[in-house]
Amino acid sequence: MLKQLILAGFGGQGVLSMGKILAQSGMVEGKEVTWIPSYGPEMRGGTANCAVTVSTSPINSPLVAEPDILVAMSLPSLEKFEPTVKLGGKVFVNSSLIKVEVKRKDITVYQVPANELADELGEVRIANMVMLGAILATEPIVKSATVLEALKKVLPSSKHHLISLNAQALQAGANVVG
Amino acid sequence: MKGNEAIGEAAIAAGCRYFFGYPITPQSELPEYLARRFPEVGGVYLQAESEVAAINMVYGAAATGARVLTSSSSPGISLKQEGISYAAGSELPCLIVNIMRGGPGLGGIQPAQSDYFQATKGGGHGDYKVIVLAPASVQELADMVGTGFDLADKYRNPAMILGDGFLGQMMEPVDFAGIKKSKIVEKTWAVGCKKGRERNVHTSLYLDPEELEKHNIKLAQKYELIAENETMAQEYLTEDAEIVVVAYGLVARICKAAVEKARSEGIRAGVFRPITLWPFPQKELRKAVAAARGVLAVEMSMGQMVEDVRLCLEGRLPVRFYGRAGGMAPTTQAVYEEIKKISLECKGVE
Repeated sequence: MLKQLILAGFGGQGVLSMGKILAQSGMVEGKEVTWIPSYGPEMRGGTANCAVTVSTSPINSPLVAEPDILVAMSLPSLEKFEPTVKLGGKVFVNSSLIKVEVKRKDITVYQVPANELADELGEVRIANMVMLGAILATEPIVKSATVLEALKKVLPSSKHHLISLNAQALQAGANVVG
Repeated sequence: MKGNEAIGEAAIAAGCRYFFGYPITPQSELPEYLARRFPEVGGVYLQAESEVAAINMVYGAAATGARVLTSSSSPGISLKQEGISYAAGSELPCLIVNIMRGGPGLGGIQPAQSDYFQATKGGGHGDYKVIVLAPASVQELADMVGTGFDLADKYRNPAMILGDGFLGQMMEPVDFAGIKKSKIVEKTWAVGCKKGRERNVHTSLYLDPEELEKHNIKLAQKYELIAENETMAQEYLTEDAEIVVVAYGLVARICKAAVEKARSEGIRAGVFRPITLWPFPQKELRKAVAAARGVLAVEMSMGQMVEDVRLCLEGRLPVRFYGRAGGMAPTTQAVYEEIKKISLECKGVE
């Protein structure tokens, strides 16, 4: 198994965190993982993306030119990365913010109203985990249970009360595509 | 863990307790990490007023026999060159980390490999060499910190870790429990605490030309010894390779993926990865191309290491070059296509 993802959106939407949690979860499951952020003279509201690779064998290039999976949390990120998705790949579109159709017909598109679902849970900042839930429901890169385990490891104990909210977000995302 | 942070933790594991630096993207997480961690282990972290000040603090600490680290990125390393030359001239061991970004000048802040010449050919003035290590993963970044300090101490010479912005910024799992224990040697040559011995003086000033020539010859002999004993390289499927791709650092991993693609289509390709850039692993490369008909050098520069490849092979094989610059990285597909081109050319010759 070798899965390469590009997670993209506005700064502040949690795309880098989403990638880190996914990579951390892969590591918990004993898989090979890499995480590379885009970095630049950017700030909140600018574009942000990261490339994540999860594999059962050692990873050669951690750079992702043609992702298997694209997460587009915002319109500019969809426009930028849609052409790069591997033939037959998957695109997860944050339909709360993206109102245009995906042009390509050779990839599978999942519309996930991540912001609205996160709002329903009372915390719009958890839209990234809703999206992750949707991905993991269609691609078993890691188990959802492992994500929660990884969160326990990376979050300070003062934030552990948020883990159940994260579990709900993952489930909400999974329900959309499931 | 981020590559930059892994260097910091590895420095602590290697017994380093002194860091002098100045922030610059894309290596700033390293000073940031040490600013937090060094006070916990009794280390001295100091953000100097400039790179020039920082490298001279390194000189001072090294003269007292301390294990000392500094880090920067390309333009900052340029500023440090005077101090590096002085440290080499005075034979003071220290470890310098360069997490390269695109140049020349201020350039940009995205990853590049365009400081190869500066690192390996003596970026400052005078006849000197710096031992240059090129890691390809976050784990290797960590592993090479101890190796770098050990080599620096062994030969009383500055050593450098030459990484790029990708390596510094990316996260990969890293295991510190498994890293090789570093050897801390007693430095009888260090200054300070003069108890019944002769005064130790470290200088690179030799006004008498005969004396300076003697010093230069001594240094040259040391460099020969290092070149003889300390080359390191990694090979991947080179044994029967018709086409050998030469690349260092992260680019070597991109090339490995390209070689796997080429192999799946019946092209016998392999990767030769110099781990020490100076000394360049000449013997190892000559051996690795024994079955080759063509060589491809790939870099994130407009062609620097390729000169060492050509020097090493002395015109025995055609050496092609493929490079991207300014923060752009070669893609697996592009390297694969270059390999394919060479393969077709080789067939055409038959």
